[in-house]
Amino acid sequence: MSKTKLTREQIAERAALELPDGACVNLGWGIPNLTAAYVPKGVTIYFHSENGILGMGPRAKQGEEDFDLVDAMKVPVTLIPGASFFAQEAAHVMTRGGHLDVCMLGALQVSERGDLANWRVPGAKGAGGIGGAMDIAVGARRLIVTMEHTSKDGARKIVKRCDYPLTAVECVNTIVTDLAVIDVTPDGLSLREVAPGFTPEDVQAQTEPQLHYSGKVPEMPINIR
Amino acid sequence: MTQKNKIFASADAIVADILDGASIMFGGFGGAGFPNNLIQALARKGSKNLSVISNNCGTGEGELGILFKNHQIRRVTAAFPGPGATYFEEQFAKGEIELELVPQGILCERMRAHGAGIPAFFSPVGVGTDVAKGKEERVIRGKRCILEQSIGADYAFIKAYRADRLGNLVFRKGARNFNPVMATAANTTLVEVEEIVDVGALDPENIVTPFIFVDRIVVAKGLRYV
Repeated sequence: MSKTKLTREQIAERAALELPDGACVNLGWGIPNLTAAYVPKGVTIYFHSENGILGMGPRAKQGEEDFDLVDAMKVPVTLIPGASFFAQEAAHVMTRGGHLDVCMLGALQVSERGDLANWRVPGAKGAGGIGGAMDIAVGARRLIVTMEHTSKDGARKIVKRCDYPLTAVECVNTIVTDLAVIDVTPDGLSLREVAPGFTPEDVQAQTEPQLHYSGKVPEMPINIR
Repeated sequence: MTQKNKIFASADAIVADILDGASIMFGGFGGAGFPNNLIQALARKGSKNLSVISNNCGTGEGELGILFKNHQIRRVTAAFPGPGATYFEEQFAKGEIELELVPQGILCERMRAHGAGIPAFFSPVGVGTDVAKGKEERVIRGKRCILEQSIGADYAFIKAYRADRLGNLVFRKGARNFNPVMATAANTTLVEVEEIVDVGALDPENIVTPFIFVDRIVVAKGLRYV
């Protein structure tokens, strides 16, 4: 295919548009974490971290780091006005209890009905790690997955049924990839947008379950070139 | 004052009675809030066959890493062993260490339950996943749930910013994390702090862990492994 899929940064840029002003949001490892940099001007997001922070701002400048003030990826961060500290169990009262407005996670596979697999590749070396993903996936009011549409070896990641170990069942609301924005609905997968230059048929070819759409599907608005 | 003296002279003295086979909770997350002086003292003490509860499994030789390097740990309950847990991964691959992987919020809640006198509870987290294996499932108010057992331990090793002489604790920023809940869930809670102040010097409104949960205190300059 000569068309160019979106970069990770471009996926993050598009995903950031899903965050409403004033929202409390948890971002997982990987592309989700990049999203914070692309929140549109004038929009305030209260980013949440599992270690007990609500209201994280940008990464701390070099020389100004406080290593007690870190995000879940160990990156020293800053606070915005209105931020608070609390304990890990309270942080997960927020995740599991449905108090966060939006959560974003990476994924290895997402199924047609919104099942998520994101913590272990079968047969891979090592113990794997669940972290906060299961609590987040179960409790998120709105769960957005950001990921590359297919794996590095070209395997489809949006599948009829996940064969990787599950994180949670029927939890994903929206999938933002380097090819498309797809909503998980009770009637199946609904194709909302396609990446610039791609057609719905291109996206369908990389997606195992049937995608539903009608008429002209709009292009994902991307500014990063 | 009728409270017994909880203040120990050194990290080595505070861990001196920890026997082989003990179960121990360790606070810390993301490089912050680890009781690294207590961990180093336990490495020097050399207690073996330990059963540990911790979010992760060390960063190289740092944090819990030194205890894995010394082969002091037999069983782990963790949410995210972590990319830096080289000694743990080595021994896990050889089958030398038993691992129970637990969703992070459920790890907190299982400890909280123990501290609160609740032996078990139903939760929707992990339903339909590997975490549900062997657990009773029930539908409660229309939601599939699994039965989770509470987790206690012989000891909690925690890190706070400041204590008063009674053991009331305050923490610092993201270094609070797992420390307060672990203090409630262990028979004996050991805490390393950067500073001890007089009783009454901490604002009661700001105390995060009341002294009732704290048994032993030692002052130690923060050690950090990033």
